[in-house]
Amino acid sequence: MERILVIGIGRMERGDDAAGRLVVRALAGRLPPVIELREETGEAAHLLECMAGRTVAHLVDACRSGAEPGTIRRFDVSAAPLPRRDFELSTHGLGLVEAIELARALDQLPRRCLVHAIEGECFDLGAPPSPRVAAAIEELARRLEAELTAGGKADARNRSGS
Amino acid sequence: MARKTIRVGYLSRVEGEARLEVTIRDGTVRAARLAIFESPRFFEALLRGRHYDEAVDINARICGICPVAYQMSTVHAVEDAFGIRVEGPLRALRRLVYCGEWIESHALHIYMLHAPDFLGFESAIAMAREHPQAVSRGLALKKAGNEILARLGGREIHPVNLRVGGFYRLPRRRELLRLVDPLERARELALETVRWVAGFDFPDCRRPYTFVALRHGGEYPFNEGRIVSSDALDVPVQAYDARFEEYQVPYSTALRSRIRGGGHYLTGPLARYHLNADLLRPVARQAAAEAGLGGSCRNPFMSILVRAVEVLHACDEALAIIAGYEEPDRPAVPVVPRAGVGHGATEAPRGLLYHRYLLDDRGLVEEARIVPPTAQNQAVIEEDLVAHIGDALDLPEERLRLRCEQTVRNHDPCISCATHFLKLELDRA
Repeated sequence: MERILVIGIGRMERGDDAAGRLVVRALAGRLPPVIELREETGEAAHLLECMAGRTVAHLVDACRSGAEPGTIRRFDVSAAPLPRRDFELSTHGLGLVEAIELARALDQLPRRCLVHAIEGECFDLGAPPSPRVAAAIEELARRLEAELTAGGKADARNRSGS
Repeated sequence: MARKTIRVGYLSRVEGEARLEVTIRDGTVRAARLAIFESPRFFEALLRGRHYDEAVDINARICGICPVAYQMSTVHAVEDAFGIRVEGPLRALRRLVYCGEWIESHALHIYMLHAPDFLGFESAIAMAREHPQAVSRGLALKKAGNEILARLGGREIHPVNLRVGGFYRLPRRRELLRLVDPLERARELALETVRWVAGFDFPDCRRPYTFVALRHGGEYPFNEGRIVSSDALDVPVQAYDARFEEYQVPYSTALRSRIRGGGHYLTGPLARYHLNADLLRPVARQAAAEAGLGGSCRNPFMSILVRAVEVLHACDEALAIIAGYEEPDRPAVPVVPRAGVGHGATEAPRGLLYHRYLLDDRGLVEEARIVPPTAQNQAVIEEDLVAHIGDALDLPEERLRLRCEQTVRNHDPCISCATHFLKLELDRA
């Protein structure tokens, strides 16, 4: 049985940095209960702990790569590391990139691990999500709901058949 | 004049934007400048006009690694101004929170930032591939510290449960007892850490530091004590301004500190150990002795070993505090604001953290002064760099650069709590 986790990463008080967490909040009640939702600040050791024992992890975070604000990108980090330059917003030396690579080095990375990144525009203290990011939050929530509901139903069918 | 520049691209194990300029003449180092060029953050100005309770939570934001230290120095300074003493179980709980911060911060520093230098890895990730057990041990230790912070502080980063006078919500005894098992395991891991680190190959080095730390007669210092030095200074915290001064150098945005009429000084694990080794918990004292530390250590590269001893101390101290905990009848002592000046100093993981506030009769901050350990240690870090570069000029430049970075990490991975660049410029005539 798959153990699926969706983690929203960011800081609520830093404008578009809240995007990942807002996606997770938007997903509340829309996914099969077997799928766990969590919110995290992005501290590496803690992310590692969250992913332990999971077979599938979806990590949702804001990023700053120079793309159009609100752009949604998807990285399959089961296969390759994240592009570090796009994810350097952590207040700590150790953030999402390090968490994924530490998990890989320690053989603790979920078998399937995906990062969904929303390009941020404004990371000011106290700012609300900017309009294009707010739209992207809902769009990404819709995509994840579609993907995970299909998967969750399949998983439920598997369990009922066993 | 020939100038050779080595650009250090991304340095992930030091926080803060810094540049090191070294002038070499006739094969010897003439000058070294550690320039912090990151923008100042103006926290002291930001606090003006704020209520003392807001100051506690605003200051937590100064550092993501050691927020408790900033909160503790704030509450002690405000309590000093208001004439409040926090004693008994509330005081013990504050020490317990500090144990959590030392454990998580030191574990991060030891395993993620510093150990890779000694074992020849570019990062903790690279080290994890070869030493997965060690890195897992470090992560488990950090988690134990985080659990204390989450239980007492309300959350692991930037806790929200600390206030002037005590706490907003007190933990029940049964809640603290849930920390016993993980802390007993952490104590074992901490002892393993001391033994692991003791086996590292340390460069031979002995520096003539003046050490400055808190000293409190009855316990290894967290949040109480007089300010003492290895040069026989022994003054109350209120005398900090009279005995120490900050100054600016033109090439750096960060203020530095020195003893008035004296020189630079070092705070942090080496200083605490030199001035307080006799007050460590017996298990930590014994581990230090087995590791060959003696009563003092002047080798900055061995600060990682002292840090490991302090983690062991903090685990054991935390267990002792929990064992003796009796629920207080109220979460905080009454607080009545009054106009005045208050001073507070506590021992952040990286060293002495001094705060001073001028408050009005409503408890609003009129003036704030915050002197972090990093600022106090910067001049000494620069002096260390001069000393080590002098001995290592013949090394290939990549190894020389790594030695410089390691020298910074001996004291502080957190140059100014922000991003991550150290640029090394060697000027060879």
